[in-house]
Parts: sequence; C-alpha cells; structure tokens
Amino acid sequence: MLGDTVLETEDLTKDFAGFVAVRSVNLRVARGSIHAMIGPNGAGKTTCFNLLSKFLSPTRGRIVFDGRDITALRPADVAQLGLVRSFQISAVFPHLTVIENVRIALQRRRGGSFDFWRSKRVLHALDDAAMRLITDVGLADYANALAVELPYGRKRALELATTLALDPLMLLLDEPMAGMGHEDIGRISALIRSVASTRTVLMVEHNLSVVADLCDRITVLTRGQVLAEGDYKTVSADPAVREAYLGTGQG
Amino acid sequence: MATVAQAAALKARHDSERSVGVAFAIMLAFLVAGPFLLYPVFLMKALCFALFACAFNLLIGYVGLVSFGHALYFGWASYLTAYAAKSWGMQPEIAILIGTATAAALGIVAGIVAIRRQGIYFAMITLALAQMMYLVALRLPLTGGEDGIQAVPRGRLFGLFDLNHEMTMYIFVLVVVLAAFLLIYRIINSPFGEVLKAIRENEPRTISLGYQTDRYKVVAFVLSATLAGLAGSVKALVFQLASLTDVHWTMSGEVLLMTLVGGLGTIFGPVVGAFLIVAMENYLASFGQWVLIIQGAIFVVCVLVFRRGIVGELAHRLHVRL
Repeated sequence: MLGDTVLETEDLTKDFAGFVAVRSVNLRVARGSIHAMIGPNGAGKTTCFNLLSKFLSPTRGRIVFDGRDITALRPADVAQLGLVRSFQISAVFPHLTVIENVRIALQRRRGGSFDFWRSKRVLHALDDAAMRLITDVGLADYANALAVELPYGRKRALELATTLALDPLMLLLDEPMAGMGHEDIGRISALIRSVASTRTVLMVEHNLSVVADLCDRITVLTRGQVLAEGDYKTVSADPAVREAYLGTGQG
Repeated sequence: MATVAQAAALKARHDSERSVGVAFAIMLAFLVAGPFLLYPVFLMKALCFALFACAFNLLIGYVGLVSFGHALYFGWASYLTAYAAKSWGMQPEIAILIGTATAAALGIVAGIVAIRRQGIYFAMITLALAQMMYLVALRLPLTGGEDGIQAVPRGRLFGLFDLNHEMTMYIFVLVVVLAAFLLIYRIINSPFGEVLKAIRENEPRTISLGYQTDRYKVVAFVLSATLAGLAGSVKALVFQLASLTDVHWTMSGEVLLMTLVGGLGTIFGPVVGAFLIVAMENYLASFGQWVLIIQGAIFVVCVLVFRRGIVGELAHRLHVRL
C-alpha cells in the first residue's frame, strides 16, 4: 500500500482490575497514511491511545514504533521519538498566549530548558518559526491572544500547531473534530490532510463523513477488540460492523 | 499580518516590563527610606519573610505545587547558620552559606520523595517530612531543644563590616534579599520558568510535548527550598536566635497566608503580604492572642473578597503584570 509499517502493536491488552478495556489488539499503521480508529462509545479507542502514547502501561503485548520497541518507555520519551498525541479535551496552555503555546513545543527541541539563570529573551529566536506554524493553521491574527479566549475550533487548531512544532513522525489525534461546527471541520480536515502529506496520522473520530473523506484505512473496535479493518468501502459494507456500530443488521 | 501580531506582542512585552520596573522602583525607594522611618529590626524581619514568601510563591504560584512544609527549610537553615556562627565561630557569610546548603540538601531529599504525588497528597507528604524534622529539632542537642540557639554572634561580614551595627546589618539584609528577589524574577522569566508555567497550566500536555515534568518540578522544588533556607539563615543572624518557632508547622501556614494575602503567582504579592502580616504581628502585639484571630479574619476576607490577593487584584484592575 503506502509503504512500510510505522506503528505496530502485538497482542496489546489492558486489563483494569478485571475489566478488559483493550483485548489482544494487533494494529498496523502504514507510514504516510491517515488511519482512523472508530467504534461505539466504550470500545476502547481512548484507552488504546493512552497505551500507544504510554500514558497507560499495557497489561500484555508489545508496541513497536518506527522499528523500535517502545513498550517500556515513559510518555515523554515516546514524544521525543516523534510519536505525539493530542487529547480529547482540547489541550492548550490556557493562560499563555497563542505564540507562547507554540513556543513551549519549539523550546523542547531547542534544548536548554533547565536554564533558570538565563533570560527568556533567548526564546524570541523561536518567534519566527512559531509565527509560521501559527499562520499555517490560520491563527496569525490571534498570536497575542490568550489561548483561553479562543473559540473551540481555534483551540484545536492551536493544539495542532503546537503538536506540529515538534515536527513529529506520527500524530495521534483523539477526536480532532469533536464539538466543532461545519466550517471548522472543513478547515481542520484540510489541515490534517496537508499535515499527513509528510507524516502518519492515527485518529479517533466519530464523524463518519470526515473519516470517509480523509482516511486511507479504518480499524473498527468494539468491546476492546478489532472487529474489522480496511478502507471505508470495505468496512462500511461489513455486516458485523453495521451490526455493532450502527446497532442494526439491516441497512 | 504576522508583523502586526508580532508588533502587538512586542508592545505587550514592553508594557509588562515597564509595570514591573515601576513597581520595583517604588519598592526600592521604600526599602531605602525605610530605616529612617521605621525600626530597622522590624524591616529586616519583614524582608526575611518577604524572601521566604517569594521562594514559596515560586513553587505554589508558578508550578502549582502546594508545599505545606516549607518551615523545614526555613527553620533548619536558621539552626545550621546559628550553630555555625556560634559553636564553630564561622564568619556570617560562611554561616549563611552552610544554612542555605542545608536547606538545599533537605530540599533535594524531600523533593524526590514528594514530587511523584499530586495535589493534596503532595502537600501531606511535605507536611509529614517537615513534622518529622520538627521532632528531630526538638530532641537533637544541636538545636538546643526548647531553648533554641540564643545569643548568636552576627560577626563581621567578610571580616570587614561589623554587623552588630544596626544600619550595616540592614544594608546587608537588603542586598541579600534584593539579589534573591531578582534571581527569583529571573527564574520565573527564564526558559526554565516557561516550562514551569506550562506544567502549571496543563501537565499532561507538557508531558505529551516530550518534557519529563518530574525533573522540572524537582529542580523548582530545590530552588524554592534553597531560597527559603537563605531567608531562614539571614533571619537567624538578624534576631541572633534560632528556635522551634521557625520549624513549626504554623510557620508553613504563615508563609502560605502571606503569599495568598499578597497575591499568588504575582511577583510583588509575597513581599506585600509578608510586610502586612509582619506589621500586624508587631503593631498589634498588644492584643496578644487576638492577633491570630485578626489574621484569620483577614485571611477569610481575602479569600472571599479579593481572591487574587492584594497585588493580584491591583494588577487585574490596572491590566498590568505585577
């Protein structure tokens, strides 16, 4: 298809004291693809994300990212390797300005973040790069606004700009369109598509028209297990998927 | 478009630097004129507490970590300074260095133990460690138990300046506290400070950007403990006394009160809060135990009426950073 596998899980399982949220998931995400994970509420999508980004430790199984076993790493290590996640609730730094939000991410790659004796003026060297990222997501006019004051859709755009500042190899987006109006959905979709031209994206999304439009490959989860996998046509035609996801055997 | 936004950002930066500059000039003028208007000992006491509160604020206001055991660093630094000056006959600058280093060492141990816990659990662990060391202070012969270490010699600074002279001592305290204040300001406005603010705002997101947040928090904790220790060390020389009062948990409560009254996460708030609380203790001393009740009432009023604290409220009204 689109080249080799960038992220792969093997028998990935998470057991919360008897409740198995994710059961033996074998996932393969092709490099350069946009891969969606869909499924009804409680199917284990977010738990899966938390496992992949190491915010949770799996009970069993292995995660390989870019040829490297990351199962035992800490979340910050995984981010440093280039696998960066977003959150379901828009994750910005509310009382920092838009440009400061992006700069925090740029600053990590710059290094020297323990320098408590140095003036933060040194960070203004990053302003141009930050402005470019902000402009790319359409927030140039808001550079100096506090993140908390942005409308929801723009917060998500800011979050994306911050994530992109890390120049990640792969993005994990948890419901990037949740709670958005039509206009915002269009903008963010276009943004994700342009981002994915050089990177891999794995996203959880409920909006099926977005998924149909955007994603190369879809994995359907129910009750923590993979139910089906394939492109939108294959998956949407699968009777088991229709049964579980739409709650009806008929069409 | 980009240049317009950048120009606006630049202007905001200059505005905030100017408001801080003006406030600093006012504070400096007050502290220089102070000893001619008020008792130097009162001012020195207030200055020591101002530094203590600023160090505490570095943690609670800029990282969002509530320590309830900062008396540990303040008090033990004061013991070690007093002991070094009295029993070992150390010069004042060396004695202060010994006290401050003690606080730093205690901060490293407590920081590593406590940092993995969040919120109330973090506060409880810091309190537990401080109480443990309070009991050690009560029993250990070094600290003089209930008597404390009394009649600590102030000595001659660098062997040159006689600190028994009240004005010389005042200048020394003022220089130390101002230098530490500027260091704290620099820490807050450094690349490191930016990461601290990010952690305060949204720790999971900071982790997801690839920061090992625990390490940043430990460094901030140690810096805060060290500077609290510096405040305690200087206080031991000002009063020529180190006592159980300074390691007692009520001291941890008092510094929290000063910071809240002045304004959490503001640069000048802890200074204002410290001066206010110390002034109340001094000038309302004739009311005896009533001071505590008056303090409690002020605390309640602060929380109810101006939650941002005095300086925080002022900055909010004037739309500046203070």
